[in-house]
Amino acid sequence: MENVIEIKGVKKNFGEKTVLKNINLTVTKGENIVVLGKSGQGKSVMIKCIVGMILPDEGSLKVFGDEVCSMSEDTLKAMRTRIGFLFQGGALYDSMTVRENLAFALQRVLKITDENDIENRSKEVLEAVGLSEVIDKMPSDLSGGMRKRMALARTLIVKPEVILYDEPTTGLDTITSKEISQLMLEIHEKYKTSSIIITHDMQCARITGGRVMVLNEGEFIAEGTYTELENCNDEFVKLFFK
Amino acid sequence: MNLSPSLNNFLEKTGEQANFFTSFVRNIFKGGFEWNEFLRQCYVIGYKSLGIVAVTGFVLGFVFTLQSLPTLKEFGAQGYVPSMVCISVIREIGPVITGLICAGKIASSIGAELGSMNVTEQIDSMEISGANPVQYLVVTRILACTCMIPLLTLFADAMSLAGGYIGVNTSTNMSMQLYFIKSVQTLYFSDFFPAVIKTIFFGLAIGFVGCYKGYTSNKGTESVGLAANSAVVAASVWIIILDAIAVQLTSVFVYN
Repeated sequence: MENVIEIKGVKKNFGEKTVLKNINLTVTKGENIVVLGKSGQGKSVMIKCIVGMILPDEGSLKVFGDEVCSMSEDTLKAMRTRIGFLFQGGALYDSMTVRENLAFALQRVLKITDENDIENRSKEVLEAVGLSEVIDKMPSDLSGGMRKRMALARTLIVKPEVILYDEPTTGLDTITSKEISQLMLEIHEKYKTSSIIITHDMQCARITGGRVMVLNEGEFIAEGTYTELENCNDEFVKLFFK
Repeated sequence: MNLSPSLNNFLEKTGEQANFFTSFVRNIFKGGFEWNEFLRQCYVIGYKSLGIVAVTGFVLGFVFTLQSLPTLKEFGAQGYVPSMVCISVIREIGPVITGLICAGKIASSIGAELGSMNVTEQIDSMEISGANPVQYLVVTRILACTCMIPLLTLFADAMSLAGGYIGVNTSTNMSMQLYFIKSVQTLYFSDFFPAVIKTIFFGLAIGFVGCYKGYTSNKGTESVGLAANSAVVAASVWIIILDAIAVQLTSVFVYN
């Protein structure tokens, strides 16, 4: 299988603090990976390194076969158009309607100007996330769960090959969290995307994860399926499944 | 070389601002100018500031006239009030007061808006999606300020003259026609042109400071307030500094 993301020996310090000590991770095409870890362990820093928002101090980080650290501005931009990033809070543009949020990247990144095409794509992704009726609403009119769905729709509209989820179910109730996790799985199956899901929600990990990896103190300490890790003897890993 | 931490910090911030300004200039000439957002910002910055600028300008002209009338009356020079008010307002008071009012209203609102977009990761989201946040958020706002502040100043000048007329009319029986003839007959292009030029720079400073403070704010919610507050302070100081420079340059090159 083709590797879409290859991380080898990545290190990242912020001042005196070492956030990523030695990260090694490979994501193949169509693979779903869940990264579990406590808060402040560098999970979000890792996925921000993947999209070139933060540059690692050491190590190699290849996305679609190209080294992120040595990419030119244009190559980085082109690489980002193939990756979807779902932020923890959704990061919806709150001065724009849902329609404008969806059209934003289409018009500016994919340079689509045909109004009908934009409208059709918008309706298609909103339908995929179960939000067909909100197209003219403002993000502030949406509930927490709807905002997450909407953010997912905005991520999907550019048809990314890889989706990076930064704590997609944080701040949601158990039922909505389960719905979002199932939606992520449906999207993975329908659009054949590769994903890295950063979470500490075990329900989300169970529903979405093919391979689960546990991050502690800047490095991965365990890897396996959900069931394998559930029966793991490591004390730290056990804490997640209690 | 060892520098003191405060000097080091100052140089770092100056470099950061120079870098931000370069990025702004570079993005003006990149393809895909955001015309719709630029026009929307012109509406928000220009049209939505008309009320406060009108009231301030009117009161300024009114009070200025009422304050100077008794003194000039003592010397029998009340006939000079219209021209005195007009020249003072157009050359100096109108631009500076409008600049300061806009620094308070516009720089703070841009600082807070971009600061909150930064906190809620909207700017990161634009960047990761492959769009250009500097072009969409910064270029449009700074250029809208640069275009709208001179127009707002002209509007404030007109309102000041109207306020001045009401002020004169409360204690003399000067007609409106005579008041405006007396106001403009001593006014030259050399009074008007430098004032307009300096308001372009005021607009640039207000837009730049607001965008810089908001765009580079920290991620915490506290930083939104801090960005808005520091934008007002910095923009106001810049207006005073730019005005002092403009006055010196005008004295040397125009009135000499």
